[in-house]
This record gives sequence, C-alpha cells and structure tokens, in this order.
Amino acid sequence: MKEIVIISGKGGTGKTSVAAALAFIVPKAVMADCDVDAADLHLILKPEIRTSEDFYSGVKAEIDPGMCIGCWECERVCRFNAISHASSIYKVNPLDCEGCGYCNQICPAQAISLPQQMVGQCFVSDTRFGCRLVHAKLGIGADNSGKLVAKVKKEAKKEALRTGMDYILVDGSPGIGCPVISSLSGADFVILVTEPTLSGLSDLQRVWQLTDQFKIPAGCLINKADLNPQITAQIKDFLDQQGIRHLDDLPYDEDFSQAITLGQSLVEIDPPKWKTRFDLIWQSIIKELS
Amino acid sequence: MKIAIASGKGGTGKTTLAVNLALRAAESTRVTLVDLDVEEPNSGIFIKGDLIREQQMFRLVPQWEKELCTRCGKCAEVCLYNAVLKLGETIMVLPQLCHSCHACSELCPVGALPMRDQPLGYLRHYRLGKLDFIESKLDIGVEMASPLIGQTLDYVRTNCPETNITFQDCPPGTSCAVINATKHADMVILVTEPTPFGLYDLSLAVDTMRHLGKSIAVVINRQGIGNEDVFRYCEAEKIPVWAVLPNRREIAELYSRGEIIYPKVEQFRQGLDAILQKLDALPRTI
Repeated sequence: MKEIVIISGKGGTGKTSVAAALAFIVPKAVMADCDVDAADLHLILKPEIRTSEDFYSGVKAEIDPGMCIGCWECERVCRFNAISHASSIYKVNPLDCEGCGYCNQICPAQAISLPQQMVGQCFVSDTRFGCRLVHAKLGIGADNSGKLVAKVKKEAKKEALRTGMDYILVDGSPGIGCPVISSLSGADFVILVTEPTLSGLSDLQRVWQLTDQFKIPAGCLINKADLNPQITAQIKDFLDQQGIRHLDDLPYDEDFSQAITLGQSLVEIDPPKWKTRFDLIWQSIIKELS
Repeated sequence: MKIAIASGKGGTGKTTLAVNLALRAAESTRVTLVDLDVEEPNSGIFIKGDLIREQQMFRLVPQWEKELCTRCGKCAEVCLYNAVLKLGETIMVLPQLCHSCHACSELCPVGALPMRDQPLGYLRHYRLGKLDFIESKLDIGVEMASPLIGQTLDYVRTNCPETNITFQDCPPGTSCAVINATKHADMVILVTEPTPFGLYDLSLAVDTMRHLGKSIAVVINRQGIGNEDVFRYCEAEKIPVWAVLPNRREIAELYSRGEIIYPKVEQFRQGLDAILQKLDALPRTI
C-alpha cells in the first residue's frame, strides 16, 4: 500500500481539485482529507458518514473557585498569560491556555484540574465515487490540529488495510507547519501543486525544502501554467535542479471554479478534456512509485 | 486600530488585499503592515521598502545538563507534551514537541534543565514612505508557528507606536496559528470567493471569529465565478460585505509578477477606498 500526499505551500493553488479528480480515477484508493481546519473535499465527494468518532487530545486548566486560595502562584508560572484575576477570583482563558499543566503542578490548594479536550471529530464515510473518505472537523478554537491530522491518517491506513486498498490519497493543508509535517510522516510520494506566481514559486521552494528533509520523492503539477509563462519556466528549472518530476502543466481555466460550483470533479464536468489528462498524470505517478 | 485580514480558505486574496490596502492607506497616514503567515509569508514580494532591521527570533527550550542531573525523573513526569523523556539514565528533550512552558526547568530540584534559546526564524522590518512593513519567516522544519506570531506582534507593539492603523496578513485556516494572529485585533476582515469552497471555509472562519468575540466584515473576491450563495449567507448571518472585487485575468497576471493592483485596475481601487471609508467610520475607541 502506498501513501500519496498532495500539498502546495501556498493556499488556493488547486490541491482539492486535483485530489477530487484523482479520487475519480485512481482504483482501489482511500481518500483522506488532512486539511482539517478548512476541509473541502467532502463538498465534491458528498460522503455518507458511516462512523464518527470524537477525538480527544491534550488538556486545558480549570480553576475551582471554591478551592482556590488566591495565592497567585498559577498566574505567576503561566508562560502563556492564560491566567488572570479580578479581585481574588482567578480565571483561565481557554484560548490562551496551552495545556502544559504547570499551574496544576504548583497549586498549593489542588484547585486546578486538567480536563481532556475534544479536538474535533473524525469520520469514515462512503462516497459517490465508491472510494472511502476519512475526514475530520476541527473544533472551534481547538489546538492540536497536527494530532487530528495524524488521527485521520491512522484511520485511513486502517481502512485501507481492512478493505485491501492499494493507495491512500491525502489532501493536505497549506503552509509548512505542524499539520503539513504531520501529513508528510510516512508518505511514499508527494504531489506538489503550484502556480506560476512569485508567491507560488516562493512557497513551493519552502515546502520542497521541508519535503526534502523527509527524503520523500515528489512530482509537481503547475496549475494555471499559461498565466505567466516566464515563471512557469522558472518553476521547471527549479524542478530539474531538485530532481522533482514535472507531472503536467494545467491551464488557467474557468472549469476549476465551475466544477467546484457544481459540486463535481473536473473529470466529471468535461470527461474528454480532463479524463485522459488525469489518467496520464496518474500513470506518471505510478511510474515514480515503482 | 488593528485590522486582521483572514480567510478560511487559502488563496482567496488575503495578501493581495492586505498589501494593496496598506499601500493605499499609507498615501495619507502612518500605516503598519505585518505578515503573520509566517509559514509562507508573501507580502514582502509586493513591497520594495528599505530594510531597517533584521533579527533572528528564538524561543526557550530546556537543555539537559548531564553533570547536574540526579535522574529523579521529575521533568519527564511533569511534561504533558512528552517533550522530556527519561530513558534509562538519560534525559531526552524533543524540542519540536516543547511548548516552552518552563515546568520541567523550574520544577527540577537541581536546575539541570536550564532554558536555552532555540531559533524560530527571522523578522525583518522595512520602511516605505509612511508604511512600516514587518514580516517573519519560520525556519523550515519548525512545527509551531504560534510563538513566532506572538513575538512578531510584540515587536510591532513596541516598535511601531506612531502608526494609525495596522493591517495583519494572517495565515489561512481556522487553527491555533489563525487564533494567535487574530485574537488581539480590533476587527477581522474575512476574504472569500463566491464558490462552495469559499463559502464553506468562510462559515468556519465566521464561527471561529465569533467564538473569539471579534467584529467581522467580509470582502468577496473574484466576483464573477461561482454563484450567489455567499451573498445570501452574509445577509442571513447579518455580516456586512464591505467590498466586492472583480475576477479578472489582468489582476491574476499583475499578482503573478508581484505588482500592485490598484494603480492599474480602477474597479479594484474603488473597492479598497470603500473599505478604507468603512474603517474610517469605525468608532475611534478601537
């Protein structure tokens, strides 16, 4: 079983459009939406939820006002400025609390508890394409999005093993921080989706530096390639230098937003135009995997 | 007045709006623009100012002093992030899991885990006319963006006291990095596009900002694609739409080359001016 992760550095370059097209094409795959704080793949795959699980990770401090003796120790040690007091009532601001538990350790009155936090929900669903989708919803204001990404990947792997699938396709999040690092762990191949803008190129270079630290082979799709042919050429030079396989140039095309608006994948709205194209992209990926 | 520019979905035009709005406003007043998308900061591509300061940014993580350590294991016991582990006679620190809470260091009975600087990235401060521009860039492989975002906002507070308005270009999404980038803002402008992806991610961002108690306004970018649902949503949710910016290939091409949009696209400039008027009309208490 091989795990393929779609990332971009920059947001809005077309990760989810590519993931939805591949979901239609790749046989024997489980899809995993690891963009847990702005997940969109379900808007195309229209999943029917089979199982849903609350996911808990980490703690936040709570002060019992009846037991608090107002000694100020908790506020003094908190590095996140999450504890404040008005007259002698001490309070934790849950948005600032990072759940380190130092206050709980130091409180002489044992007035501070550390309840587990629900980070979000994780779902395993059926989709109209026949493949399973593992997806999640991060709770509002919840920390630990990286942990939720790891949970989605773990469930996707379980599902793939259980049902004898060959591939896990992961729709990743923008950026290079903890959710992206978490989605890269254990990946066999990375699809970098970029666009020929100075921002797209700069973000591609940074996300590649990260991917390269993990020593994962990668291929690149240049979306909106005709928007700026000069930067497209610069991107190709960069891919050559770095040994990244160039998978295809996709045009600047209203079909992308049209497909999203219709709630369909590119391959569905205009099969003659897109199906062969994504078939070929998938063939080059398979070649890289073997 | 601190205005955060955020969005649920990536690539909706946060940076385009932040940069153009800041430069337009700086034609008449002192403005600060701060790029808080520290994982992938791009505002700097569009702003050619004079570099006035560059500094490396750090956070504190514990470092094990083998000779002082009595191997009591207190440090590993108190660390809820599993960033400090006791493996046999060795104490192992995993900096990527550490939140710099200091518990292990200060609760160690013999001071064997002093906190030491660990690099996070670089902050750069540029000036262009009435505009102060500050960007921070996270080092590759550093997991946590939030400490750098917090320190960058501290820097702005200390070093740009003369400014009349600060625009904060935020990371995409709704996770902790976004919360840290917006939680001290007086107002949040959410940039979206009129597609189902844009709308769904906007609704997540609205829920998050309401949870933080922020007042919000929406700017709809790339009008012309998608459908009318985002307008209906804003009306139903009573969220003001401050500007509607057009979907034009010309704008995408200018953006691709790192150019400023409003001097060349009249309709875009009108949108910016409408937003600046709305900001001007806000009560001065914020």
